[in-house]
Amino acid sequence: MRHMLNARCIGLLALASSLSACVAPPKTLYGWGTYQPTVYQYLKTDGGDLPTQIAALEAQVVKNKSAALADPPGLHGHLALLYSKAGNEVAARGQLEIERSLFPESASYVEFLLKKSAQPAVKDEADHA
Amino acid sequence: MHDVKRHFGWATFLATLALAGCASPPKTYDYTAFRQAKPSSMLVLPPLNETPDVNASFGVLSQVTYPLAEAGYYVIPVALVNETLRQNGVTDPHDAQAIAPAKLREIFGADAGVYIEVKKYGASYQVVASNLTVEVNAKVIDLRTGQLLWDGHAIASSAEQNNNQGGLIGMLVKAVVEQIANNVSDTRNLQFADLAGRRLLLPNGANGMLYGPRSPNYGKN
Repeated sequence: MRHMLNARCIGLLALASSLSACVAPPKTLYGWGTYQPTVYQYLKTDGGDLPTQIAALEAQVVKNKSAALADPPGLHGHLALLYSKAGNEVAARGQLEIERSLFPESASYVEFLLKKSAQPAVKDEADHA
Repeated sequence: MHDVKRHFGWATFLATLALAGCASPPKTYDYTAFRQAKPSSMLVLPPLNETPDVNASFGVLSQVTYPLAEAGYYVIPVALVNETLRQNGVTDPHDAQAIAPAKLREIFGADAGVYIEVKKYGASYQVVASNLTVEVNAKVIDLRTGQLLWDGHAIASSAEQNNNQGGLIGMLVKAVVEQIANNVSDTRNLQFADLAGRRLLLPNGANGMLYGPRSPNYGKN
């Protein structure tokens, strides 16, 4: 009884896998590459080696462009965070604007962040005092 | 007599398992609220960590953009969200997940929030096998109404790939080797976090997430 059922299960599995073998693997919507590992590195090390992370993501952007792949949601927003932490506010704002133009869904958050970065940072004031 | 009973019990148990393997999936999820809400953007809040591993929350947080974005949603940049929360004094995932949906909507502009709980993360030594397991739960809540749209659960484990061969001693040796290998780096934890995240949030199979507007499959499940 048990063996019969198992055999039937295996039969179904074999049928399913032979069917799926005929279908091409689905293409992803975005070129992910280093994006998620870089995010983990940043979160885990509370910043960590910013230039290396920036270089990894900028390289991914170039790679995606040459492969005609779309940059994933958040990649340019994350680059903005990295540039901002590295003290390059101009590049950070530029990346936020790219995120917004690629993904209009981000507009309201990007505006919130741009408005904030336009204000003098509390930390800078403390540093200069 | 007892033995016969016990064996019969096992046989029934195994037969039930075999039957369950072939049975049709459990009753389908009620997607009424989800379909009506039509969310297009997702805000992933820092996951609650129910494990002893301090990297569990960030590990899972860093891996869930892929399934949500490939499902067709815009995902607000997760580390940027974490930074905004921190700058506003919110450093604990419990506090982050307790913020009123309307407030989250106001700051981040997302249609829905993804509330994740990490139940297991990484290696657990269990006498005969040192398994690497990531177990996660998630709720998707409409930030415009506070309504629950979807909830789900997923596990990914190294036990799925190991076939327990070589008898008890072989298994013990293997456990030690794995315990060492599993501690070398947290890369493997991250791989299982990635797999668990995909199982949880990619719209594959019964009761899974629905496709979002950026997917060519939008409206087809």
